[in-house]
Amino acid sequence: MTGEGAGEGKPTAAPAIDARDLTRTFGAFTAVDHITFTVRAGEVFGFLGANGAGKTTAIRMLTGLLAPTSGEARVAGYDVYTQAEAIKRNIGYMSQKFSLYEDLTVRENVRLYGGIYDLSSREIRERTHRMLHRLGIEQVAGERVGAIPLGWKQKLAFSVALLHEPKIVFLDEPTGGVDPITRRQFWEMIYDAAAAGTTVFVTTHYMDEAEYCDRISIMVAGRIGAIGTPAEVKHQFGANSVDEVFVRLARSDTPGRGAA
Amino acid sequence: MRRILFLARAEVLHIVRDRATLAQVLLIPMVQLLVLANAATFQIRDTPMDVVDLDRTSTSRMLVSHFAASGNFRIVERSASYAPANADLLSGKATLVLAIPADFERTLVRDGTAPVQLVLNAEKGAAAGIVQFYASRIIQAYGAELGAQLRPTLRTVRASAEEPAPVRGAPLIDVRTRGWYNPTLDYRHYMVPGILVVVVTIICTLLTAQNIAREKELGTLEQLNVTPITRGQFIAAKLLPFWVLGLLELAMGVAIGWAVFGMPVRGSLLLLGGVAAVYLVAALALGLWISTMVETQQQAMFVTFFVMVIYLLMSGLFTPVDSMPRWVQLLAELNPVKHFVLIARAVLVKGAGPADIAQPFLILAVYGAVVFWLAVRQYRKRSA
Amino acid sequence: MRALGGFVGLLRKEGYHILRDRRTLAVLIVMPIVQVVLFGYAIRTDVENVRLAIVDPAPDYATLALRDRFTAAGVFRTVAVLPGAGELDRLFRSGAAQEAVLFEPGFANHIARGTPARVAIITDATDPNTGSAMQSFAAAVIQSWERERAGAVRAIRITPQVRMRFNPTRESSNLFIPGLMAFVLTIISTLMTAISLTREKETGTMEVLLVSPLRPAQIIVGKVLPYLAIGFVSILTVVAEARLVFHVPLRGSVLLLLAEGLLFILTSLALGILISARTSSQRVAMMGALAGTMLPSVLLSGFIFPIESMPRVLQWFSNVMPAKWFVIIARGIMLKGVGLGVLWPETLILLAMTLVLLAASTRSFHVRLD
Repeated sequence: MTGEGAGEGKPTAAPAIDARDLTRTFGAFTAVDHITFTVRAGEVFGFLGANGAGKTTAIRMLTGLLAPTSGEARVAGYDVYTQAEAIKRNIGYMSQKFSLYEDLTVRENVRLYGGIYDLSSREIRERTHRMLHRLGIEQVAGERVGAIPLGWKQKLAFSVALLHEPKIVFLDEPTGGVDPITRRQFWEMIYDAAAAGTTVFVTTHYMDEAEYCDRISIMVAGRIGAIGTPAEVKHQFGANSVDEVFVRLARSDTPGRGAA
Repeated sequence: MRRILFLARAEVLHIVRDRATLAQVLLIPMVQLLVLANAATFQIRDTPMDVVDLDRTSTSRMLVSHFAASGNFRIVERSASYAPANADLLSGKATLVLAIPADFERTLVRDGTAPVQLVLNAEKGAAAGIVQFYASRIIQAYGAELGAQLRPTLRTVRASAEEPAPVRGAPLIDVRTRGWYNPTLDYRHYMVPGILVVVVTIICTLLTAQNIAREKELGTLEQLNVTPITRGQFIAAKLLPFWVLGLLELAMGVAIGWAVFGMPVRGSLLLLGGVAAVYLVAALALGLWISTMVETQQQAMFVTFFVMVIYLLMSGLFTPVDSMPRWVQLLAELNPVKHFVLIARAVLVKGAGPADIAQPFLILAVYGAVVFWLAVRQYRKRSA
Repeated sequence: MRALGGFVGLLRKEGYHILRDRRTLAVLIVMPIVQVVLFGYAIRTDVENVRLAIVDPAPDYATLALRDRFTAAGVFRTVAVLPGAGELDRLFRSGAAQEAVLFEPGFANHIARGTPARVAIITDATDPNTGSAMQSFAAAVIQSWERERAGAVRAIRITPQVRMRFNPTRESSNLFIPGLMAFVLTIISTLMTAISLTREKETGTMEVLLVSPLRPAQIIVGKVLPYLAIGFVSILTVVAEARLVFHVPLRGSVLLLLAEGLLFILTSLALGILISARTSSQRVAMMGALAGTMLPSVLLSGFIFPIESMPRVLQWFSNVMPAKWFVIIARGIMLKGVGLGVLWPETLILLAMTLVLLAASTRSFHVRLD
């Protein structure tokens, strides 16, 4: 099932994410090298690339966790340099490293973030109930997060990122380390979110997941090597799969740099 | 504002869930208070001493018996020469040697003054100074007593009706001495407030210090940084649970001090509580500030330990700040512990009121505001 | 042989770890230096600069003369001269005054007539020790004036001639520095190992070590050796400071002192290992190290407060503190100039403590091989 129709038929709205020549260096090393792309409101955008290509750095710049070295970017209409806190009100984030509190229960974690995002007690109660039901993890609601299985943890983290119904949600390698069934379930959750109007910006190194996205970009050694719908990208490189495109990009890149 | 409560509540849950730390945090201060308040005293009891009495007159024997009766000393050896006494000193068997020269009584009667030798083992550190002090005092008292007995006054002028008739041999000046606030000279009254403050401070500050560093290490800090929570709210939320904990422990400690040690509670507990509330902000915010500047828990703890030790030894807890050289005293002004120990002692033991402690309190308030501001400022939600 | 190579590799890794962690290293090196200097100056029990309040309702030549004597004594600083005693409580409570001398009206008249002229000395006895000392000083000033006025005829005076064996210069620092050394070394050693070992456990790298061919004992030694080296640098620094900054004598053998210092550090390190063996959490280890080292080593080692003054129970308990024994050793070597011949019992005790602690912690590590 490919993502479709979320942005279709609507008048052209301002892009959810708009980056131009976004760059980040660490000393002599350039992690993100003048990337330019836009993400439309309501679409599922796949930010692909190998480990170490710069995806996490890019995402951290867009979420206001890391200051760019140069270039421009607007997220949800706000400037990443000067309006980072406004951005944070409108986005959700799920980091690569699991970052809910393992010694707090499921409910307590949810309540914490609900409160920080200024949800009322009633809203928190209702949404928690809905979330637990949808995830099917009601029976462990009172368990410490550290004790529940990894797949459930990841889904929980994703749900918490969406708890305050943000306009955009950033997912950094959400399916890393989980079994195929859970991966499948994850993508269903992503579609549900997109169907509700949320823009989903997801990074991954699983190239097959590219097919699930509305549009994708492929990062190689800090640069964007390809961008467009999966079909466009495959056509551009004359490949049958996004994976093939990626391999070609990686090989054509200067030896010594790129995929780790 | 609500955000602070939500985050603080999560913090409390962290603490409560960590059984080991919780037990330590509650028990350690109280245990240390109970044990150490008994240890910290300069009073001398049963200090072993040697006597070398070369005079062997009733006067010299009287002097020796004064030492024996004082309760401060215990005579372990009486020798006829210096050598065995010195050996005892060297071996540590005796801390003090009282040597009375051969013509002691005669010189005293003739000149009105005579020397005796006090030889002390300085190895004992501060104790040696105190031993000397006690010994000198016994000798002095004995001298005054002798004055009354050996030399009757030459004046017999009758006093007026209101004045008491002069006692034979009474000194010219009648000196009355009074010690205020601690008439029984119970060292624990002095130490308990100080130890309590120090112990609670050290523990709570160490906890706040490793708090933020721990979140950095675990990666949970990032999730908070991506939320709209402000820096001020974040720091305040991190402070709150430990602030409450600190107040709780101080209250417990005061109760224990009063019940177990008979520590006086002369001033207003409300006042003390109010000052404590401000003080804890100063102390804990420092821990948080350190935590924002380091990368790992290990660093946080080392640096905090370093600072705590300095706080400890310059707090006036063990040795009076008044005895320190001027430049050290100035440094001590930057030590919030020093100020609060002073206030605690003043309020509890001396019954000080708000006006009396206004100055140190002001310093604490300013300190607290500054350090809190520093912590907020230092904490960055976005890496540069 | 491979295990030995692995062992050396472990040592090297530990070394790199420490060198790269600039902040921790800075604290470890700088801490003893700063502390010894600061506390060498700060830890004093000498009473001076006593803030004195005079209550003199009817000043006359006698009271004025006495007041001058107080000022001239050098120990006092007159902060207030009051006509009545009403303000005294406030001055005491705020700490503005520590001691007060109250003259009665008609002081000089009494003296002239030979009736007792009353003087009251009031001290802030919150700190009993300082209080007693201040009282004695004030009384001494009065009595010396009295003696001079009355001539040698009146008073009997026995003068103690004091000799401080082993500390003829009577510097406070000589008395405290050996104890300070123990304190500083304890903190560094125990804390360092406790935290760094639990850190490995918390981050999971300890497991990696445990499944390697290295035996637990080797792991422990490998991790601890670098800290021994740092500790040794600390001893050198502290002794150097004691000699150069405070001129504390070192009458005994320097080598013996350093060797004993090394032994003491080993004891403290062993304690740190034991603490870390009992817990996997850095936080808990830190608190344990704190409880086991900081306050007890100050209060129960004889560093500041004399052990003889403590209740029997605590005196007995202080025997369990390694710091207590090292303080005896250090003082003996530095101030008395004695050697192993006298200090062998204390050395043996330290040695025994180290071995016991090491055995206990190794066993704990074995058990925790889960």
